[in-house]
Amino acid sequence: MTLNGWIQIALFCAIVIAITRPVGGFLASLATGSRNVLSPVLGPVERAIYAAAGVKPTESQHWTRYATAMLVFKIFCFLFAYIILRVQTHLPFNPAGQGEITPDLAYNTAVSFLTNTNWQSYGGESTMSYASQMLALTVQNFTSAAAGIAIAMAFVRGFAGRQMQGIGNFWVDLTRITLYALIPICIVYTLVLVWQGVPQTLAGSIDATTLEGAKQSIAIGPVATQEAIKMLGTNGGGFFNANSAHPFENPTGLVDYLQIISIFALGAGLTNMFGRMVGNERQGWAIFAAMGLLFLAGVAVLYGQEAHANKLLTALGMDGSMGNMEGKEVRFGIAGSALFSTVTTDASCGAVNSMIESFLPLGGLIPMLNIMLGEIIFGGVGSGLYGFLLFAIVSVFVAGLMVGRTPEYLGKKIEAREVKMTMLAILCLPLVMLGFTAVAVVVDAGTSALSASGPHGFSEALYAYVSAAGNNGSAFAGISANTPFWNTTLGIGMMIGRFFVIIPALCIAGSVAAKKTVPPSSGTFPTDGAMFVGLSIGVILIVGGLTFFPALALGPIVEHFALAAGTTY
Amino acid sequence: MLSHLRPAIVLMVIFTLLTGLAYPLAMTGIANLLFPAQATGSQVEKDGKVIGSALIGQNFTKPEYFHGRPSATTDTDPNDSTKTIPAPYNASNSSGSNLAPTAKALVDRVKADVEALQAENPGVPVPGDLVTTSASGLDPDISPEAARFQIKRVAKARNLPEATVAALVDSHIEGRLFGLIGEPHVNVLALNMALDAAGK
Repeated sequence: MTLNGWIQIALFCAIVIAITRPVGGFLASLATGSRNVLSPVLGPVERAIYAAAGVKPTESQHWTRYATAMLVFKIFCFLFAYIILRVQTHLPFNPAGQGEITPDLAYNTAVSFLTNTNWQSYGGESTMSYASQMLALTVQNFTSAAAGIAIAMAFVRGFAGRQMQGIGNFWVDLTRITLYALIPICIVYTLVLVWQGVPQTLAGSIDATTLEGAKQSIAIGPVATQEAIKMLGTNGGGFFNANSAHPFENPTGLVDYLQIISIFALGAGLTNMFGRMVGNERQGWAIFAAMGLLFLAGVAVLYGQEAHANKLLTALGMDGSMGNMEGKEVRFGIAGSALFSTVTTDASCGAVNSMIESFLPLGGLIPMLNIMLGEIIFGGVGSGLYGFLLFAIVSVFVAGLMVGRTPEYLGKKIEAREVKMTMLAILCLPLVMLGFTAVAVVVDAGTSALSASGPHGFSEALYAYVSAAGNNGSAFAGISANTPFWNTTLGIGMMIGRFFVIIPALCIAGSVAAKKTVPPSSGTFPTDGAMFVGLSIGVILIVGGLTFFPALALGPIVEHFALAAGTTY
Repeated sequence: MLSHLRPAIVLMVIFTLLTGLAYPLAMTGIANLLFPAQATGSQVEKDGKVIGSALIGQNFTKPEYFHGRPSATTDTDPNDSTKTIPAPYNASNSSGSNLAPTAKALVDRVKADVEALQAENPGVPVPGDLVTTSASGLDPDISPEAARFQIKRVAKARNLPEATVAALVDSHIEGRLFGLIGEPHVNVLALNMALDAAGK
């Protein structure tokens, strides 16, 4: 570890803290429907969209209606993406002549992008035409991010409102987020990326004759526009196979830094939006603090691990002072790679600037653990906030049990229905992650896709389902997941991981929205102070840690001791 | 349920046209106007011919050139399309090795590479990035240490004084942004082109 590495991490923290309030204020204006700086320009466009779609913007939907609207929209997201992928050989914008996409891969990819997972069973530059990248994948990058933020807004409205039937209008939320936040930011972001070297062209590959006279065909394309929303929307699906490690996706230290900031930007801002909407910004900062502490713990461990070289390699005469450079890029180094990998798995982004599979065993454990904890450390756009708030409900429930009092959160009584729904949302994830892994490591269709053997092979399978159900999308990428077995099971995992959290969350929102707000009394557990921060971190670590420790012990922890003993596989 | 069909379909069509067509196409136009070189891949030309991209690494094997890092990229086997063969710096199929830290294949590969490099420059520790594959397989850079390690070989192959080559290396070290962000690195293609130009 170097001083410079820690300064990079500290500066990153300072920037995220600095942008949280302005972003939160802007998002709050979108959630509450008040005017913002872009309204004079985009207001007419917004109203024209509602007129065309037959949406009544003033109608507030009951949670069941809100949830159905979201699900119906997602069905069309699937159909559009699936069909475009399947017919890509017949569409224009295919200079490289990419071939047909199989049904199971098209299904997996459509589900992956509409659930904001962006798991990729394929390599971008060798599979997808430009039409597929733009019309199928970029579109899903926008809509899945907007839908995630919409759900978070609806969830917060439930707590902010008093005796309401409705929790907002899904169509309005979707439109406003896309139109006022995502598209304008991405336009500016794209230009910065291109300036730094990210290509944006419809031309086919560059055919070069290298300095030594060999032929090199360099894949290129409309990269920057997809890259911008890929990071901002915590999607994470790369234009190229190597994702943000590819020099065309992430050419410089500056771009790398912007990418990690943009992964956290909206997630951090949403904590502040939450505080503003419930009438006390400190409530938002308490959540921010819990998330921030978990982030710091993760990055410190990961950086500490990767700063050491693999001792099996230093024993051969390799100089170990650079750290573990297998699967990392020189321009980012260890600090930049550790920071990126922590951020991308704290959030549900899943973009990578280094290959997590080649991390040291305990280094690779951190990204996996971050996802297992529920991606509530800032998290995916929207999903991080409502995911964390589910743990907040468990926290106040635990606190209520301790003193024998009906728990309250933000003035709303937390009763049986809310706790049941919370547990459903929290428990479906480990069920999918561990259940599918258990099957995959004993059937041939599962194990035949694994590139590693021994404990690392187990980690590879575990990481795949953890990533899918957590809607992350990063991977121990040695896995050859483009098979019917993996495409199908991972697709199911992604859908359960998305919708079996969203629907209970919306149910809770609807339930608490209808309740009275009780004024705080001397018996109320304050949820804007250090006690709450500590308690919620404890709940998150206990739930996540106890659920997954046995699986982690079989994978990275065994491998750690194997490496120490000099065992290879 | 049915009342949701119209908004779902209409919004899907609008967002597809807006974010899937208008946004990428308009930005392609603007980007090519403002930053034509970067938008088309930062192509590098020599004597009027495209020799690569400034951002994409190339496979250097000759002793008179500085070498990049090992690359784990592959290509389809021309004899059997279900198999792949090693193809370093294949810029149509970016990839890391994805080898586990406990993989025997990793230890064997590094062992062979370290031995070869030690033979070329005995007694000097082999820099880590020179024997590890990058995440993309297309890393255009090496560390300043990795460049300095190769000065002896390059100078000998080119019949140049080591000090001349060393000065060239030093002038090609790109530092951190604001002295803070990223890591110091040397772009191998740029260094090799400068080397060719200096030899004339």
